[in-house]
This record gives sequence, structure tokens and C-alpha cells, in this order.
Amino acid sequence: MTASALALALILTAPLFGALAAMLMGRRGPAIALATIIATAAGTLILLVIIATEGAVHLAIGGWEAPLGIQLRADGLAGGFIATTALVMGAILAVAAKPFAGGKTERRSAYTFWPLALLLWGALNAIFLSGDLFNLYVGLELLTLVAVALVGIEGKRETLAAALRYMMFALMGSLLYLLGAALLYAAHGTLDIALLAERVGSAPGDIVAAAAITGGLAAKTALFPFHAWLPPAHSGAPAPASAMLSGLVPKASFYILLRFWFEAAPDLAGSGVLMLLGGLGAFAMVYGSLLALHQDRLKLIIAYSTVAQLGYLFFIFPLAGGESAAQPWAAGAWSGAIFHALSHAMAKASMFLCAGLIIEAIGHDRLPGMKGIVRALPMTVFAFALAAITLMGLPPSGGFTAKYLMMTASFAAGQPFWALMLILAGLLAAAYLYRPLALAFALPDEDAPAPKAVSRARQFAPLALALAAILLGILSAAPFAFIQIGRPGAAVEGLE
Amino acid sequence: MIASIFDLTLCLVILAAAGAATLGRDAFMAVVFYIVYGILIAMAWLRLGAIDVALAEAAIGAGLTGVLLLAALARVARKAGKEPASAASVPATTIATALAALVITIGIAYAFLTLPEPQGLQGHVAENLAASGAENPVTAVLLNFRGWDTLLESIVLLAALLGIWTLAQDEAWGGRAGLRHVTRPGSVLAQFGRILPPIGLLVGVYLVWAGSKQPGGAFQGGTVLAAVWIVTIMAGLMQAPRVADRALRAALVIGPVIFLALAVAGIFAGAFLVLPPAHAGWLILAVEAVLTLSIAATLAMLVFGPPEPEEKR
Amino acid sequence: MVLSASLLYGLCGAALIGLGLYGFVVHRRLIRRVLAFNVIGSGIFLLFGAAAYRDPVAGSDPVPQAMIITGIVVALSATALALALIVAHARLARSDALPEDDRSGDPDEGRP
Repeated sequence: MTASALALALILTAPLFGALAAMLMGRRGPAIALATIIATAAGTLILLVIIATEGAVHLAIGGWEAPLGIQLRADGLAGGFIATTALVMGAILAVAAKPFAGGKTERRSAYTFWPLALLLWGALNAIFLSGDLFNLYVGLELLTLVAVALVGIEGKRETLAAALRYMMFALMGSLLYLLGAALLYAAHGTLDIALLAERVGSAPGDIVAAAAITGGLAAKTALFPFHAWLPPAHSGAPAPASAMLSGLVPKASFYILLRFWFEAAPDLAGSGVLMLLGGLGAFAMVYGSLLALHQDRLKLIIAYSTVAQLGYLFFIFPLAGGESAAQPWAAGAWSGAIFHALSHAMAKASMFLCAGLIIEAIGHDRLPGMKGIVRALPMTVFAFALAAITLMGLPPSGGFTAKYLMMTASFAAGQPFWALMLILAGLLAAAYLYRPLALAFALPDEDAPAPKAVSRARQFAPLALALAAILLGILSAAPFAFIQIGRPGAAVEGLE
Repeated sequence: MIASIFDLTLCLVILAAAGAATLGRDAFMAVVFYIVYGILIAMAWLRLGAIDVALAEAAIGAGLTGVLLLAALARVARKAGKEPASAASVPATTIATALAALVITIGIAYAFLTLPEPQGLQGHVAENLAASGAENPVTAVLLNFRGWDTLLESIVLLAALLGIWTLAQDEAWGGRAGLRHVTRPGSVLAQFGRILPPIGLLVGVYLVWAGSKQPGGAFQGGTVLAAVWIVTIMAGLMQAPRVADRALRAALVIGPVIFLALAVAGIFAGAFLVLPPAHAGWLILAVEAVLTLSIAATLAMLVFGPPEPEEKR
Repeated sequence: MVLSASLLYGLCGAALIGLGLYGFVVHRRLIRRVLAFNVIGSGIFLLFGAAAYRDPVAGSDPVPQAMIITGIVVALSATALALALIVAHARLARSDALPEDDRSGDPDEGRP
């Protein structure tokens, strides 16, 4: 038994064991979640140390090497996402322990929340470690079904409609991805990403497969024009679920896109498709930001902000391809997008948790009701402000590091358009986040009902996440070096 | 193998059934055609030498999916209280969609026609079959070479069930799952319900037992067992279980739990999910046995639906 | 060129994908869309299986067969959840369509 095998087994199975235990023992959810957090965090720490000291880890499941078996690969990228997920899930589950507490008799939502949340975690870890496109499909389906269920957990008419809409997009996305995987296997006799890298050419089958996989994953990442499902779904769920759905779930499909384009099929990327992906991302950024400006409910603002922020994750494609192919700046684009994905995961989860605490205090999330909430929830508003700094991309946050890397790549590659879009994204984020913040710091109305108290301990969780997103910027050197471990060649040389 | 007249006819009938299922006006008839379509697809799988897939398609693709669709139609008709909106009737959209679908079909067909020489994994599977613990190559892939897929897949089923339970009304929580028996004593279904269970049990257990050597396995066997349970309840011989029932929940999770435990134990034998060749045979059979139980329970509960309030009987 | 069985079933799969896609887009009733999803899915599986059957000497490749069985079970799980959502939504909205698609129904009937 090696330490790396133990670490991988803990990361893969602890959340799944936890979910099954929570399914069996209805009222023990919070305790089981705590045990899961400890076990998964332990595995994650061991894995991070191993990756940092010995480099990327490779494990053939069952001892069967590719192409027969499924390979697990834990490089810096995987380690970064797994660690961020552990941090975010830990904070979310800590906040969820009260609204979804066990109680004397079993309640519906308190029963189903815990196994669903832990399955979501298990699915994410399975995706981040997998090196096989079909195994990724199964992991992605697990993630999607759980996410849809969490959207509908409130059982109201609007949330059920939101869950159904999400389901319809997700079903189509799954089919597209599956079609692509089937064509790739038919052509190359493997779905192992490393082997595919040696075999994928530019035959018609490969092109159709790449288009189908990209389209399917884009639908699941809510890239424009597949974004319509996201805002109602993410804003309608209970806050801890929203935090997972917005902060973590779309990152999984984006992560698979990265693995596919940078590792399985880097030679297939033509400048047309890269520009298209970047352009759709830019459109999503503008569209999501403008709609976020027009919302009067806090959770909807945060949800539309996700559409925008996911949009400029896709800038990685034009920046890593086309003209910049010959330059080392592709590495900047690649690292920048990953920094953005990780810091957005922390900041967005923090914001939704803050929104949840505000709803607990005032009973709703309509903006006017938030006036002066800073007096009742100082820590929460502080956390919200810190998370906002990350989303705007202001120094010294992780969001700033992300933008700095991507903008440098953009100028170096002679594509200043993307840098301008990044600046615009920051300005728009500042505009749509200004309103809730200004209201929170305003003087409360005299006739406003007194907000309910929320314990300090629970306010600490979103604050910790927001601080982590800031620290990612202040201490960016170590995470930057870490995600480079086992970095794919295309991240340096560029796509195409 | 050269296509025979039978293959050509089968493909045409498949397309006709699929056309009736997707394009037909009446929703109930569409589902009926879908079930026919599923059985025809199962025949296609037999022609393609994939007996395991044929069994899975017939049992799960046609059978269970058909039952789920029929049950959903009945429930929606009861609850929606009106004939819901039918297909879009804007000709321009319809024509544009049809054209787009045609272009996509041609693109996929072209990609298929231009596929390079096949380089399947038959050789790899055959070489390692002896060490896998299963004689049926498909079972060897499902339970050993790609066991991690299968383990995750058994959990996907549970995720769907949790999602369905989440849709229960709060006041109904803990009660019996939605399906009520629908027959009067002495009716055909009630008779059927008495005769079927012993036969079905036998078939289900056989499919699992045979699965390691011949086509069949946990998913096919589990589906047959689930069908037995469903018919027994529909015939009024048993009541659907309560969702809070400890025994039910244990049955639901035991398969994935044992499979996961085996996966973790594998790290002491070298890597995650390693089955030592000397023990792989009985380990696979044991995992299949508990998985079958869990799959049967989960599939049946998927059909029963969320618990419903008691007074609405 | 002689039409081989794998070629025939592969093309049949491609046609099923197109047919299902059309049904998925034009139908407003969600149950019909879920049905169309299943038609597309089985079309993809058929294409996949037919491709695995191209080598007449080596016989059918068991790896895609196992993946297809996994895919069938995953599709069933998605179908079951989607249908349960449709039923729960219909209970509250009294309609078997998403709100934005519900205008083609009779406006006087069944809208709370």
C-alpha cells in the first residue's frame, strides 16, 4: 500500500461512503458530514504533499493500465480543484448544519440534503481525478442528477420548473458528450486521455466528436447561449445548495473541457473554434453582467454574476491558441483561467452563503430589505465585500491574479480585445455588486423590522471562504507553482 | 458480416417505430410504440452479437423505461387536469428543426462512414480474462477492468432515487412510496401477480449466477427481480415499503457499500479496486449478488415514485 | 461496396439520433421530450455498438458493450428523475410543459 493510493482512495470514497451512510441513517446527516470532511481533508492533504514533493500521481485502477483500465491522474490542476472543493464544501456543510439539522423526527429536505451534498462532492472528486472520457461521463451524470435534485429541493413550483429546465439542458449536454466519446472510441479504441493525445487526428470523426463534446460540456457549463437554465436554478435553491451549484458544479464541466482540449486533442483546435468559444464567453460576460444590474433580488444578482464569470473562463481558449501559439504566454492564460476558476469557486460560494444568512436574518433577499444589514451581520457583510473584491478582480485577491495573468497573456499575444473585455468585466462586476453593498452599509429604515440574530460561528464560514479567495492572491506564488506540476504541454505551447 | 434482408427490414421497422414514438400525436400511443421500439433495438443487439446489451436494453431500455413513461403519463393526466400543450405548430420552426436534424444526422453518418480501421480491445480483454475472475468478457469489463464505472453507476441510480424522494410533499415523508395496487382480486393481473414471482425470482437469480460465464449480470438480473416486486405490489399481494424503512434503506445501499469497501481494500493488494486473481472469481460473484439486491430495490423504488400522502388513496 | 451489418446498424443509429433530436426540440410536452431523449440515447448506443462490430475476425468488442450497459442504466436514472420532476411540477403548475413553453395550450383552461 502506498501513501498516494491511500490518499486517492480517501478522496474518492470518503464522500461516497458518507452519502451512503447519510442515506441509511436519516437524522445523522451533520455528524456524518463532519466525519466525511475530516477523512476527505486528510486524504487531500496527503495528496497535496505528495504532488508537491514527488510530482503528479498516476494510478491504474484495479492494476489495469490503459487502454484496458481506467487511469487516475492527480497533477497540480487536479490537486488544486480537489483542495478548493474540500475547502468550499467544508464551509458550506458547516453553514448547512443548522437549516438541515436532524431533529427528533426525520424531515424530507433534511434527510435528502446530506446524501445529495456528499454525492455531489464525491462526483466532483471522481471527475477531478479521472483520466478516462467515459469514466468522466459517469461522474458527470452523477454530478448532474444530484445538482438537479438540489435545485428542486424546496419543492416550490418555480424551483421545480427551474430544475426541469436545467434537466432538459443537461440531458442534451450528456447525449452530445456521449456521442463524442462513442465516436472517439470507435476511431481510436480507447478513451484514456493520454492515449487519445497520441491518436486523435483531424479525421471527420474526430472533428464531429470534438464538436459534440465541446457543445455538451458548454451546455453544462451554461456558456451562452445555453445559459438560460442557470439563474433561476441557482437562485431558487436553498443557499448552501446554491453555493455548491454556482461555485463548484459548472467548474467540473469546464475542467473536463480543459482536459479535453489541452490534453486529449490539442492539435485539433483551429483558431475558428477557439475564437468562437472566447466570443461566446465574452457575450456571456456582457449579457450576464447587464442582467445582474437589473435584478432586485440578491440571489439573482449573484446567479447572473455566475453567468458572467463563467463566461470569461472561456477566454482561455483564444488566449492559448491562435497567434499566441508560439509564445510562452499561453501558460499565463492557462494559469490565469485556473486561478479564476478556483477563486470564483471560493468567492461565489461565500456570497451565496452570505445571501443565505441574510435571508435567515430578514426573511427574504429583496434588495431594499437589506438596508443597514451591516449592523446585524457585520461579519457576513464583511465577507460579502471581500468576495466582491475577488469577483471584481481587484488586488490583492485571487481574482486579481487571474486577471493579471490573463491580461498579460492577452497583450503578449497581440489580442488586446480580451484584456479590454476583462477590464469591462471588472467594471460591470463593480457596478452590479455596488448596489447590495451600498444598501448593506446604509442607515436602516426606522420602521424596518429588527433582523433575527445569526450566530457568529456560522457567519465565520463564508468569511473564511472569502478570506481564502483573497489569500489566493496574496500568496499566489505557491499555488501558481503548484498548478504547474504535471502541466500539459499545450498549456505552455498553446493550442493548435 | 454482410447485412441480410432481415437486418434491412429490422432497421426499417426500428425507424418506423421510432418515428411513431417521436412524431405521433397521441402521447399514450407514442409510449406504446417506444416500448415496441425498445424490443426491436434489443433484437438489433442480438444481430450485433451483443447478448448482454440486448438483455439490458429489453429489460431496462424498453421495459422499465416504458413502465416509467406510462406511469408518468397517468400521473400527469390526473394532476395536470387538462390535456397539456401539444407540439409546437409553427411551420417555419418545425421545418428549420427538421433540416437541422437532417444535417446533424448526415454529419454523424459521414463521421461513422469515415472511421479509421477498428482497433478494439478484444485482444486486451481476452489476454487478461483468466485473471479477471469472470468468463464472460462483458462481465469482466463491468466488474473488474472498468469496475469503477460500474461502482459509480450503481451510485447514479441511488442519486436518481434521492432526487425522486426529494420531490415528496413534506407531510408525506416517511410514508409508503407512491404506487398503489390497481387491481381487484381475481383479475388477470392479480392472477399474473401470483404466478410471476416464483418464476421471476428464478430467472433473476439465474441471470446473476450465469452472468459470470454467460450473458447476464447484476443489472439484468436486478431488473427482473425489480419487475417481480413491482408486479406483486400492483397485484395487491404486498404494499409498497415506507421510505423510512430501515430494511429498505439497508437493501438500497448495501451493494454500493460493499463494492466501495472492496475498492478500498484493494489498496492493500496494490491499487484502488484491485481484485487479486486468485480470489477475483468469488469476489465478483459476491459483489454481483449484493449489487443485484440493491439494484432491484432501487429500480423498484424508482418506479414506485416518492411517498404520497396517506389520505389521497 | 457490400453493405455490412455494422454499417447498416450504424447508419440506423445516426438516423435515430436525428429523429430523436427533432422530437426533443419540437415537443413542448416534457414527457415527449424525455421519450425523445431516450430515442437519441439508444441511437448513440447503436452507433457505438455497430462501430465495435466492424472487425469480422476479432468479433464484437466487449468494452463498448459494457459501456453501453452502463450508459443504459445511467439513461434510465436520468429518465426516472426527469419524469418524477415532471409529475411533481404538473401537480403544482397543472401543466406538462415549462412555463415559457406553455402558451400554445388553451389559455382559459387549467391556469391557476
